[in-house]
Amino acid sequence: MTSPKVPTVFLVDDHALFRAGVKAELGEKVTLLGEADEVEAAVELIAERLPDVVLLDVHLPGGGGKAVLEAVRRIPEADGVRFLALSVSDAPEDVIGVIRAGARGYVTKTISGTDLVDAVQRVAGGDAVFSSRLAGFVLDAFAEMATRPGAAENSPAPSFDAELDQLTAREREVLRLIARGYSYKELARELSISVKTVESHVSAVLRKLQLSTRHQLTRWAAERRLD
Amino acid sequence: MPRWAAERDHRGIEDDDFPPFPRLPYVRMRWGRQWRHGRGPLRRSTEDRLVGGVAGAISRRFCIDPAIVRAVFVLLGLSSFGVAAYVLAWLFVPAEGEETNIASRALNDLRGIAMAVAFVPLLIIGLLVASALGVSWLGSLSWSLIISAAGLVLIWRNASDPEKALLHRAAAPLADLVTPGSRSRFVLWVRLGLALALLAGGLDALFAGHRAAVGAGPLLGLLLVIGTIVVLFGPWWLRLARDLVSERQARARAEERADMASRVHDSVLQTLALIQRQADNPQQVTQLARAQERELRSWLYEDQPLGSTNEQDLTFSAGVARIQREVEEAHGVAIEAVVVGDCPLDDQLRGLLAAGKEATVNAAKWSGDPVISVYAEVEGSGVSLFVRDRGAGFDPDKVPSDRKGIAESVCGRMSRVGGSATVRSAPGEGTEVTLKISDRARGNRSHATPR
Repeated sequence: MTSPKVPTVFLVDDHALFRAGVKAELGEKVTLLGEADEVEAAVELIAERLPDVVLLDVHLPGGGGKAVLEAVRRIPEADGVRFLALSVSDAPEDVIGVIRAGARGYVTKTISGTDLVDAVQRVAGGDAVFSSRLAGFVLDAFAEMATRPGAAENSPAPSFDAELDQLTAREREVLRLIARGYSYKELARELSISVKTVESHVSAVLRKLQLSTRHQLTRWAAERRLD
Repeated sequence: MPRWAAERDHRGIEDDDFPPFPRLPYVRMRWGRQWRHGRGPLRRSTEDRLVGGVAGAISRRFCIDPAIVRAVFVLLGLSSFGVAAYVLAWLFVPAEGEETNIASRALNDLRGIAMAVAFVPLLIIGLLVASALGVSWLGSLSWSLIISAAGLVLIWRNASDPEKALLHRAAAPLADLVTPGSRSRFVLWVRLGLALALLAGGLDALFAGHRAAVGAGPLLGLLLVIGTIVVLFGPWWLRLARDLVSERQARARAEERADMASRVHDSVLQTLALIQRQADNPQQVTQLARAQERELRSWLYEDQPLGSTNEQDLTFSAGVARIQREVEEAHGVAIEAVVVGDCPLDDQLRGLLAAGKEATVNAAKWSGDPVISVYAEVEGSGVSLFVRDRGAGFDPDKVPSDRKGIAESVCGRMSRVGGSATVRSAPGEGTEVTLKISDRARGNRSHATPR
């Protein structure tokens, strides 16, 4: 959905150089409401200015982007604020971590200016933004959960969670195409579905990622660190 | 992000690469003024220690082989006076890298002092018994035992943390005694009983033996007492020695990590310098930055040593990462590589990777797209690899002969390893090459020798 409305953005990153670069790239296409370089100030300013989208660095002094997410989630007025994680870190556990904490998407800092604007608009419109790398991580995590023997027995509430813990064949297909480098538009054409449907599939995956109570997801992330 | 501090380094360290402590030349120095200029002040060694590092300290200070110092302590220990001397030295000689000794810290530990003083009544009882029985050795034994026990209490309460950890490990078998239900408890009681029997026999032979056979008695007694010590402390010492080895290995690993970190910093600084010099050549700058990024990433997240290209134990995902690295370096494009799942490489997969590399190089050369996506997936018995660009593309029906050749060589490679390749393209819409091996088990069987 490309709404004509210019989204308002708040920028949280501890590198001044990077903030300056992002500001220059976003230019006139968004309204920048402010910026912060650490967790506490970020939470306070976000609650005060209520932007559409917060561009959030994953690695921040004072608890990381996750701390900002969790603190803002507790503020009822900031309910409509959406988060897009931005990072140079491609460690799967960091990426899955911020997504599970409530971010609507993840892009790497090497993203081009136009792609970033596109991602911001998408998140402002309530959609999820999956980069190819994030799609790969998610496929990896869910594949491992499905193939692990005895995983179902260990799950606390298997019947209730079963649906949340599996991706449908279609969702898997969508993720696979994203990982292969397809944009939503190309993907829609490939599968002969509308962009809207693609977006709803991606949002469904995001929901599963955030709501799944299975310990496997966290365990998967923990094991990756030791690998 | 001090990631190098994380416990992620599993690279093996050979068992024999301690001691970091420089082996002193085994020189007996002339007793004279020289030893006064030994090696700095008397400090308990943290490297070369079996218990408290006292023997290590003395050997270093006076340039004597530590084994000799230890032997002397053990011999003195038999007379029970050595134990007390050792404990006192432990109390009063500061450890390496510490300013204060344990005794001065213990002065502030009123509870510890109270506990140490609690041993005094025991001493009095011991002395009373000794004088009542008229055996003087019991008196001196109680003195040294009580001093040692009180000293150990103070050390236990006031030592630095690593030393405390060492003491805890040493005392673990004693803790087993009082923990109900532990399997080793039974074994420990058996050992204790055996040791007591041996000790009783030994003491009897030592002090009563002269009545029976002169000469043989004391010798037998001594052997029995030594047997007691071995039975009682043998396993304990073995474990201590093992712990010491692992402690040294951990230290060596930490040093290796610190060394690696400094190499990383150096490499980044050099890349930054190069980037500054190439500032007017954007392609070079991007290439340098990508190369540095890749190197750091592989070290941070894939646990690979810098610049290593180990041909063996390469997995499929590492192979894909290598294609990414090589094509980026050679052609100055960015490769977005995503891999799901992983497995060890075999001939079939090597063929797949070779075809994949060719397809990637092809895209890098001809598409004109600065970013090429490579996606690889290991799923059950199937492995697939996709190479996609959004560049020029072509009409598969009207391909120029040079490009057809490349497409055919990719397809040829794939059919040789029992897989398939499809090329999809349209002018202006980019190209996608799909490489698939759908049933790896069957492909492998044809290579495997029949069982």
